[in-house]
Amino acid sequence: MERSPDTGIIPNIANFFDSATTLELFKRICVSRAFELRTHQVFDTGVIKAPIYLSFGQEAVAAALSLSFFEDNPDKYAQHRAHDLYLCYGGNPVALIDELLGLPTGCSGGWGGSASIQCPEINMHWHDGLMGSQVPIAVGDALRKKRLSINRRTLSITGDASAEEDYVLTSFAWASTKNLPILFICNDNDLSVLTEVRLRRNWSMTSLAEAFKMPAIEITDDPWLVMHHVKRLAHHLPALINIQICRGSSHAGTRRGNYKTPEWNRYALIQGTLNKLGLTKESEEIEKNANGEINVIWDKRLKETGNV
Amino acid sequence: MSDKKPTLAETICETTRDYLLNHQGVIFGQCLNGAGQVAGTVPALTEEQGVIELPMADVMNSGIAVGYAYGNGANRDGRAIYLVRYAGFQWFNSVFLANFASKTKEMSGRPAPILIRTSSSDGSTGPSIGPVASCSIHGLFVHNPGMKIIAPMTPGEWVSGWDAWLDHDDPLFISEYRTGYGIRDEMPDIVHDNPDITLFPISTTRLNVLKALPMLEKEGIICNVIHLVWLKPCLINQRILDPLEKSRHGGIVLDSDFENGVSKCIACDIMQHTSRKVRVMGLEERASGFAAHLDNLPPTSEKIYKYVKNIVGK
Repeated sequence: MERSPDTGIIPNIANFFDSATTLELFKRICVSRAFELRTHQVFDTGVIKAPIYLSFGQEAVAAALSLSFFEDNPDKYAQHRAHDLYLCYGGNPVALIDELLGLPTGCSGGWGGSASIQCPEINMHWHDGLMGSQVPIAVGDALRKKRLSINRRTLSITGDASAEEDYVLTSFAWASTKNLPILFICNDNDLSVLTEVRLRRNWSMTSLAEAFKMPAIEITDDPWLVMHHVKRLAHHLPALINIQICRGSSHAGTRRGNYKTPEWNRYALIQGTLNKLGLTKESEEIEKNANGEINVIWDKRLKETGNV
Repeated sequence: MSDKKPTLAETICETTRDYLLNHQGVIFGQCLNGAGQVAGTVPALTEEQGVIELPMADVMNSGIAVGYAYGNGANRDGRAIYLVRYAGFQWFNSVFLANFASKTKEMSGRPAPILIRTSSSDGSTGPSIGPVASCSIHGLFVHNPGMKIIAPMTPGEWVSGWDAWLDHDDPLFISEYRTGYGIRDEMPDIVHDNPDITLFPISTTRLNVLKALPMLEKEGIICNVIHLVWLKPCLINQRILDPLEKSRHGGIVLDSDFENGVSKCIACDIMQHTSRKVRVMGLEERASGFAAHLDNLPPTSEKIYKYVKNIVGK
């Protein structure tokens, strides 16, 4: 399927949501984005020693998920590049900063760095560093909860590259076979490091999911559209949503190298929608506050840890 | 009386049945309820009762089982057993066992105490599978921290592993060997006052060592036999060291896996505590094939006899 900022778009989809939800959505986007942009700056000073995997540019998806798939505090299984998920679901930003700084007070006690963050309070689980391994782990946990009648759903997030792992594909199939309450999200930026999808396969995630008799859809990263489909598919789990995203950063670190220019700027598109909704003033205030709050948190923590 | 004792296979089956039916346990694996219930070690129960058939997706399968175990955490009830019915399939399965289950307690504070049963067999003397599977494969799992390994051959040894698994929250790798499934009696150590050598056999080599003993005795060679059941951790205590110190020609660790694995690790550990030399015998350093002349089996009694005789020089 062609990549586009309008893939699967429903005209005026943002109008279906009330202003409070839309402004909360934008707040979470801004907080995540501000955190990542500041992390970018801090990384370039050399204070952060471990590799980082920034999520800015794709944060609209995490924000949308956190407002549409949250009621039972679902178990969340992600891999590297999950700062956005952690923050949007309410993970403590100070603990994330500490993790990036390699401190024992970090959200993973220093074990995970940027790549393997966790937060028991929001049921966000650690990752062992192997691409896509979180998917069968998530499916196994989902099976256990179903057997024991534990009413807590599972959220599994991959990128378009790790989703190709054989054990990920068979996990989709088995979750469908066992009719497990799990939502699979594929954040598809069209790249495995720098290798495009078209060079790696001639099939799509959604066609494969449908072959496994699992509801699936491919859409763009419009957060209102994401919320709409998550809420819809939440009644038909297991399900898969392949979301076309444009990440703002390269694979790891902050140097762009040959990383391609993003095809669209979702953040700017969201701002345009907010303007159309008559929420310009409120959104500007949210953006300003998020930037200010995140910078205060970062500054304070850097000072406390002697990293100014 | 001896005939009324349960075999190792029966012990495994009944222990599993009780745990599934009374403690919300589950056992995962392929073809569990067909083809002889994996040599009679798996109770014929339904999925609702806890026997969960997995598809032929070996890499994923271990992830499913580990995910289940991780979700259950340290709870004594509700744990997951994962059965790999041929050892060679562990090449596919090892990733989630060695990299996730082994590490999770240390890295996240949440354990995944999965019981990993691996059923090994001889090549052409048993159900021959030639190059597909070596004999035992516990050496593959000794590498990573966090995994405990036991190689029981008797009912009592298997139950001791089971009890240790339930009493702790670490993953446990049980290296089984099909030659042991019919065993009913325990196998005590054999210790002499004036030995020539001490043999430390593992898994099915224990049976081969016992067969070699009369042949060696005829040559006037006195052998201690200290059965190695726990492979990791392998406690290097006086049970191991005292007989070895009295042995004029040191010892041999005998394994049903390749030598570059558990046997060399244990031999090295033992030698940290003694000046006695400890050698190893295991599968030969080569691939194995279906044909008898290409097979690669654990040291036979004849091979053990020749090797020991050569060392002792009698």
